[in-house]
Parts: sequence; C-alpha cells; structure tokens
Amino acid sequence: MSDDVLLRVRDLTKRFTTRGPYRRRNEFTAVDGVSFDVRLGETLAVVGESGCGKSTSARIVARLMEPTSGTLEFDGEDITHAAGARLARYRAKVQVVFQDPFSSLNPRHTVERILMAPLDYQGIAPKGGRRAYTRELMERVGLNPDHAHRYPAQFSGGQAQRIGIARALAVDPKLVICDEAVSALDVSVQAQIIELLRRLQRESGFSYIFIAHDLAVVRQLAQRVAVMNKGRIVEQGPCDEVFKAPEDPYTRTLLAAIPRINPEWDRRRRAAR
Amino acid sequence: MARYVAGRLAGLVVLLLLVCVFTYLIFFKLSPDPALMICGKTCTPDRVAQIRASLGLDRPFLTQLGDYLSGLVAGRDYGSGPNLVHCPAPCLGYSFQSSQSVTQMIVDRLPVSATVAVGAAVLWLIVGIAAGLLSAVKEGSWWDRAAMGLALGGASIPNYVLALTLQYVLVVKLQILPFPSAVPFSEDPLLWFQSYLMPWLVLATGYACLYARLTRANVIDTLAQNFMRTARSKGLSPALTMRRHALRPALTPIVTIFGMDFAALLGGALITETVFGLNGIGKMAADSIAKNDQPVIMAVTLLAAFFVMAGNVVVDLLYTGLDPRVRVS
Amino acid sequence: MSELLVVEDLTVTFPTTRGPVDVVKDVSFTVGRNETVGIVGESGSGKSMTSLAVMGLLPPGATTKGSIRLDGVELLGRPDRELRRVRGEQASMIFQDPLSSLNPYYTVGLQIEEMYRAHRRCSRKEARRVVVEALTQVGIPEPERRAGYYPHQFSGGQRQRVMIAMALVCSPALLIADEPTTALDVTVQAQILTLLAGLQRDSGTGMVFVTHDLAVISSIATRVLVMCRGEQVEYGEAEQVFAAPRHDYTRMLLESIPRIDDEVVL
Repeated sequence: MSDDVLLRVRDLTKRFTTRGPYRRRNEFTAVDGVSFDVRLGETLAVVGESGCGKSTSARIVARLMEPTSGTLEFDGEDITHAAGARLARYRAKVQVVFQDPFSSLNPRHTVERILMAPLDYQGIAPKGGRRAYTRELMERVGLNPDHAHRYPAQFSGGQAQRIGIARALAVDPKLVICDEAVSALDVSVQAQIIELLRRLQRESGFSYIFIAHDLAVVRQLAQRVAVMNKGRIVEQGPCDEVFKAPEDPYTRTLLAAIPRINPEWDRRRRAAR
Repeated sequence: MARYVAGRLAGLVVLLLLVCVFTYLIFFKLSPDPALMICGKTCTPDRVAQIRASLGLDRPFLTQLGDYLSGLVAGRDYGSGPNLVHCPAPCLGYSFQSSQSVTQMIVDRLPVSATVAVGAAVLWLIVGIAAGLLSAVKEGSWWDRAAMGLALGGASIPNYVLALTLQYVLVVKLQILPFPSAVPFSEDPLLWFQSYLMPWLVLATGYACLYARLTRANVIDTLAQNFMRTARSKGLSPALTMRRHALRPALTPIVTIFGMDFAALLGGALITETVFGLNGIGKMAADSIAKNDQPVIMAVTLLAAFFVMAGNVVVDLLYTGLDPRVRVS
Repeated sequence: MSELLVVEDLTVTFPTTRGPVDVVKDVSFTVGRNETVGIVGESGSGKSMTSLAVMGLLPPGATTKGSIRLDGVELLGRPDRELRRVRGEQASMIFQDPLSSLNPYYTVGLQIEEMYRAHRRCSRKEARRVVVEALTQVGIPEPERRAGYYPHQFSGGQRQRVMIAMALVCSPALLIADEPTTALDVTVQAQILTLLAGLQRDSGTGMVFVTHDLAVISSIATRVLVMCRGEQVEYGEAEQVFAAPRHDYTRMLLESIPRIDDEVVL
C-alpha cells in the first residue's frame, strides 16, 4: 500500500438493534468487518444484491451514519469519530450522489441555491461570484446554464441527476460516493450519465466509490470492484480479473445471473454497421 | 402474546401510579388550602387546624400520598370520633362538600356518561363512515363535494353552540323533545331515548364530520394501492373487491382513532353534559371545579387518565389482531 | 398458427388539462399460443398502458380505439361485467412490485383461493387443494403451511412466485407480465425467468412480457415490440430486432446497454 491511498477503511462493522414486539431484541449485522482502500483518482465499485450492506457502508464512509466499530482514514487522518470543524472539512472533500435525484434535491430551491448550498455550508465564497460559478458547474455537467433559476421539478430525471452531480462537484471534492446514482434511470439516459461521470473524473481527477447492484454498469466505470454478500466483502480486485475469472462462488453466481443479449445477434448487428 | 399483554398491563399500572402522584402534587400542594375552603367565613385558626387534622393535611406530603394510595387499595377512614367516616376500597377520596365518597359519586354518574358516549359513538361511526365511504367511491361527485363541505363546517361548530341551538329549536320552539333528564332505561324507554337523543346528536356531529373526512381519505388512498389493481385483474366482483380488499385496510387505522376518542369520552363530556344538565362525570367535573371540591377534581382527572391509557392498550391489542404485519411471525 | 391475442391499431387517450394525449398510438401485435412477445421501451413509452388496455384495467377517464381480440373475441368496448369473466380466467397479469400488489391483510392462500373461486364453482376444500398445487408448481417449499402466511412473511422472489401461482391458478390462455423482475435482485430475476419459461413450456400459455430491459427480453421473447413515446417503433422476430434493427431508436437502445462481457477502455 503506497501513499496514493486516499481512503482507508478497516474492519468496518455496523450492527443494528431493533426491538421487536414482546420486547425481544433483534440484532442484525449489516456490515461485517469490511476493509478496502480507495486510491487517488480511481473508481472503486462496491456491488451486491439488496441488503448486502453496500449502501450502509457508503453511508458510514460519508459519515452519515456511525459505525459500530472499525476505522476510516482519509488522506492519512483518522476521521472515524471526527466532529465539528474536522468533520466539516472532511465533508467538503467527500460528496454523495444519491439514487433518486428528485427526493434528494429540495423542490423549493432553485438550481443555483441547490448548487451553492454546499459552499454556503462550508462558508466558502464561490469563485467568480455565485452566478458565474453556478453557470460554470451547470456547463460542466451538460446542463443549460440559463436554467439556473428553475426548480428541480422542471427537469427530467437525467437532468435532475446532473444537478445532483453538479452539487457534489461544487466544493471540488476528492472523493465522490455514487450510491446507485444511475439505477433509476432509463438505459439511454444511464449511458449518458455514465459517460459524464467518466469525463468529470478525467477532468478533475477525484476518486469514486460507486455503489451499484448492476455489474454491467460497474464494468463501464470502475477499475476495481468489491463484491459484497451478507455484510462481507467476498471478493475484491481489479475489474478485469474479478469479472473474467471470479474466484468466489457467490461472485460466479452473480455474474452468471446477469441477463445477456444473445452474443451472436450482438456480433451480427455490430458487423452490419 | 400473554407476555405482551402482561407487560402492557404492568406498564399501565406504573403509568397510573405516576399520574396519581403528579395530580396529587398539583391538587393538594399547589391549590388553595381545602381546610380554609371548608371552614368558610366564620373561621378561627383553631378550627382550621382542627379541619386540617381531620383531613390528615397536617401530616407530611408523602404520608398523605401514602394514605391516598392505600385508600385506593384498602379503603380508609376520615376524621375521628363521631365525625368518623369510612371510605371503602377503592377509595378515591371523600367529598366533604357533598358528604359522599368520591367512588360512590363516580359509580352513580358513570352510567350516564357511558350512555352518552356509547350512543354518540354508534351514531358517529355509522354516519361518519357511511358518508366517508360514499364520498370516496364517488370521489369528485356532487355528493362528495356537498358532504365534505358539510363535514368541514360541522367539525368547526363548537359543541355548546350546537347544544344550545338544538335545545332551543327542538325543546323550546318545536317542543318535539322533552328537556333531557337522564331517565333510566328501565323506567321509560321512550323518555330515556328522547332525553339522550340531543346529547348524542351534539357529540356525534363533530366526530361524524371528522370520521367522514378520515374515512374518505383512507378509502381513496387504499383504492389507489397496487393490490386493488391486482384484485381487479383477478376478475373479482366489484362488491367483493370493495368489501374484502378495500375496507379492511382503509378502516383499520380508524379503529385506533376511535378507541382513543371513545376512551376520552368515557371520562365525561363536560360541555354537553353541563348544557343538558345530565348528571354524568363531565358535569360532576364542572361542578367540582366550580366548588373547588379537590378530591372530586382529582378523581375525575385520574379517571380520565385511566380511560385514555386503558383505551391505548386496548387499541394496541386490537391492532395486533387486525393488521397481520404487526403480529409476530 | 392460430393467434391467441390480436391487437390492431390500439390507441389509448388520456384527458389532461392541456387536452387529450395519446399515451399509446396505433400499436399492433399478435401473440400466438405458447409464444412470448416482449414489449420493450423506456419510461413513458406506453408499454404498461398497452398491457393494461389488454386487461381492461386502464385508469378511469382513458379512452381506447382499435381492436383487441382474445381468442377471436373482441374485448374493447365490452362492459366491465363481461370483462371480469375474461380477467383471471382467460388472461391474467403479474406486476412489478409483488409486495404492494398483494393485499397485506390476507394470507396468500386466501388471495389465490378467491381468484379460483371467482371463476370456478367448487368447495373451499377443493379450492384449497388447488392453491397448494399452484404453490407447489411455482416452487414454494412447504406449500400447505405457507398458504397460511401473509405476503410480508415471504422474500421478494417468493412473493413474485406467489403472484405467478395466483395468475396461473385458472390456467389462463394469456399471461401478461408487466416488469415482473425489475424490482428483484439479478440472481432472483434469473430464477423467476427460468420459472416463467418452464411454466409456459408446460402449459402452452401465451405471454406478453413488458420490460425496459432488452437483455431480459432477448432471453425470453420470440418476438419483440419496441415502443417509444406511445408509438410502435419496431416489431419483429427477436433475432431480427436484435441482430438487424431497422430503426435508429432500437439501435440506440441496444448500444446504450452496458455490457458485462465487453472489454472496456477506461
């Protein structure tokens, strides 16, 4: 492990205790001893089926949830229990893009206000003024900058997700966590957003943690992948290796289950072009 | 299940005890000295001290509270010698103003309040739910708009206005009904019915309006559920679809609200009973407040708290029966 | 081959505040016995409305034009009373979200049983036997006991199995599956697709499979209808649509699909 590690997660565990009727205690381990590294400028995908603990892990890394045990180290600094100014500093470097753009954008705020909110929270003055910076952000994510004073409801799902991405970019983060960020989108829109995410990373050099259930999407974006099942990482490594020669039986099941278009048809279509 | 019920009942007892202590603190510590009130105008310090002693008010607070609680369980005696009064368990205190044990006062008046509550509840449930259902099924229709407008208006009329208006119109002007007088059912069923009719109407109006709106909203919500589409896709008759698939999910939440409303009402409908001169718990509360008859105020408070908390437990138990998702697998 | 379902020039119109809008425009397709036709499209393409129109389950206010014939009998314009006999008996439907599609207040056994009894005269005992049989057929373990369970006591995949058992309990000629695997995990999706294909092979049911997922369609459908904004973009044999799409929109859709097996240059 060299110095280019941006985020180091060690033995992350999250247990939930619920109190059922009859006052019975139920303990449920959502994340069970998860460890991984995210290097500078790379994309790490965390994949798995519903309830495998991938979103809980993401939330803990974003410090939206406290882990039961384990450590988070960002840029060489232990931020597992950071609070106050240190937490604020961390939050300025780590941003989240959520699955449902509409429910994660305040419907009563204009795009400009939404995009400037992370800066306002951090107390940073936008470079070149609010209006100019909003325009710049909107242009970067492929939105018409003249729409800065519209409300989220006036945009399509794909456009709204672009607003969510622009908001994450506003503070110039080092790590962007995409929690199923393209799952709710139609395929044609999904392809555009994936392309956008790749371009932004090329331009700015930040890292992604890409949480997804769709392995094919992950294949388009990530250099490394961690496969989760029942709260544990069952396999992690470079995408090419994991997808071509999966070692864990669960990874194999998962890969085999992905519906594929008849490769013969695919070949013929491409050849005809 | 038995463990759950036992747990809930134990919780209920603890909560009641806390309410007891709290109300005791408020009524016997923070309000005017009852001895002074009883003593009246021709009062000497000696006489006040005498009354205080006979009431046990000269003893420390905790001892007094202990007496009160043990009175609840085992009964107690007030005063001494020729003035000795025995108050049998469960003793909620003794009202020197009416020379009666508070428990006896409650036992005498509870049937009146219960009659008012039950009659009103039957009325508002039938009218409210029927109107709400019809509105939901014919959403946006002429009937829906009229009924919901009326319900909004009806829910905003204060009870005393409605009570006085009804009384003026039906009793004084048209003379269709006699003045309410809490006649026992066994004496004269017709007169009994006539004298309770107005209190029922008054109390039921507000609730019926509320329940109509609630039912309508719940049914409309349910009709939009995916399982209703499934039911239709199965080729079930509209009657079965409505009766089986829509009503139960729509009405289950109403059971909760009804349980609470009804329980609160058992603790006395203060305004309605007072306006119609019905000698129920509500009127007793009003009278005791006017006279500052502290043992009675305290008892009425405790009784209302008991009904509300017991209603809560009953509703929760009922809910586990009605909604399978709340049951434990 | 005699056609089971013939849809001709189907148009579905919704009244809106800005005037009537056609959510489905002149859509035509046929489904043969023992055949699966896939309807594919992105959100707002009108694919779900097309399937609801076949079942006569369009939301109130919607108007339809064209023709929908099931087994040679016209369905459009028939009163709801008569359509009720068709629903469940001749054509039935499964939906995207099995949890919300099942009534949480009743056991799955009762929900299957009431469907059977709505169409067949039989004793409750007989109906119960059929329910257990149906649950066995879709691979629910311990069907006698599980029939007494409520929907929330099943996993997502099992709930969809229950829905399938229910849909097939009257042995309908046509099954409409509207995004039946979209809400499920991939491994569960694979199981449900296998189950549906197997049941269809055994019973000879015609199936309309509605989805946004082209890869899923390619694994299950013999013919494919591609829809976009209510219009029929392309309709043909699956092989033709996937290997030699005639329309640019189909080509674009196919090229948008992220592929797991491709080499990707990052």
